[in-house]
Amino acid sequence: MLGWGVEFLRAEMNRLLSLLFHQGVLDEQFLQLQQLQDESSPNFVSEVITIYFHESEKLLRNLRLLLMDKELSDYKKMDIHLNQMMGSSSSIGAKRVRNVCVAFRAASEQNNHAGCLRALELLEHEYCYLKNKLHELFQIEQQRALASGVRYPAQHD
Amino acid sequence: MGAAAEPRFHVLAVDDSLVDRKLIERLLKISSYQVTTVDSGSKALEFLGSLVNDDRSSSDALPSVSPSDHQGVDVNLIITDYCMPGMTGYDLLKKVKESSSLRDIPVVIMSSENVPSRITRCLEEGAEEFILKPVRLSDVNKLRPHMMRTKKLKDQEQESQEEPERHGDEIGLPPPPCQHELETQQSQDPQTQQIQQSQQPKSGNNSNKRKAIDVEEGLSPDRTRTRYNGVATF
Repeated sequence: MLGWGVEFLRAEMNRLLSLLFHQGVLDEQFLQLQQLQDESSPNFVSEVITIYFHESEKLLRNLRLLLMDKELSDYKKMDIHLNQMMGSSSSIGAKRVRNVCVAFRAASEQNNHAGCLRALELLEHEYCYLKNKLHELFQIEQQRALASGVRYPAQHD
Repeated sequence: MGAAAEPRFHVLAVDDSLVDRKLIERLLKISSYQVTTVDSGSKALEFLGSLVNDDRSSSDALPSVSPSDHQGVDVNLIITDYCMPGMTGYDLLKKVKESSSLRDIPVVIMSSENVPSRITRCLEEGAEEFILKPVRLSDVNKLRPHMMRTKKLKDQEQESQEEPERHGDEIGLPPPPCQHELETQQSQDPQTQQIQQSQQPKSGNNSNKRKAIDVEEGLSPDRTRTRYNGVATF
């Protein structure tokens, strides 16, 4: 019944992707990433996303540190981190995360400490949600790859 | 020219973001380009400087790097992010266009922000294109014409350098569209091209050339004259 498993898993992946698109968590750029993956680069998407996770977590940590002291908040540095996060989020299609960065940057430009704190909370929340969903997606993809690796004599793709 | 394999175009990609470097590298490789990525403008200049050290001495203040493994490597296009710490993409563009050895390399700027004044500035400074991030395959497809045009110019230059005389001015003369027309005609008949170029009163060794010209004129006077007029006009 592994043939059925592959189809089921593919449907599961599509369902999850549709949901994420519908929620605005991902946008078309994510599809562009998927199109760049092929036999010559079979793990491209997960490689790029993994780099994105590492970078984003570093940036989020730095932002948190910068906001710890209300008096000494370095808004210029925050801007730099935010621009980096905005850029990489946009490059992988993480639309909602990117949009929160935009709002965060607006607060930072006004040196609005409370606003920045709220924005950071939201950013961390959105990032967590994105990370969980993408992990889910990768798990389904892995299972699908494993399942479709098994071939029965008369099996067609 | 006689190479066994079709030489691929070599693109130098500059971006401080690792995610974006991975993305642009993949986009370029999928389009069959050879890719080198660096994370800063200064590293880009270092890399470009190491190429220059091979054939001729650089007259501008580019940092020298021991020319070990970059023998005969060419860069056909530079694609750079605009916003980078230290040297911005615009700074890099300026440095490239100010360099006698690098200014012919087409430069493309990428930016995540749509700022019209920024775009204008870059194009005025000599950038071929300004691409909005995130970069897509359709954007990368727009790069090839720039590389082909410049490569053609380089091939022309190399051919003329094989001549005993130096014909610097007509190569350096015309703006891209006119030069392109010119080289299209010239590439049809390299023989006539060599003779036509030697019509320039540059060297004292004219006698032999003049005989050759007379012979050629007999064969295809119109074409020769047209080309010469083309050069003179510009």
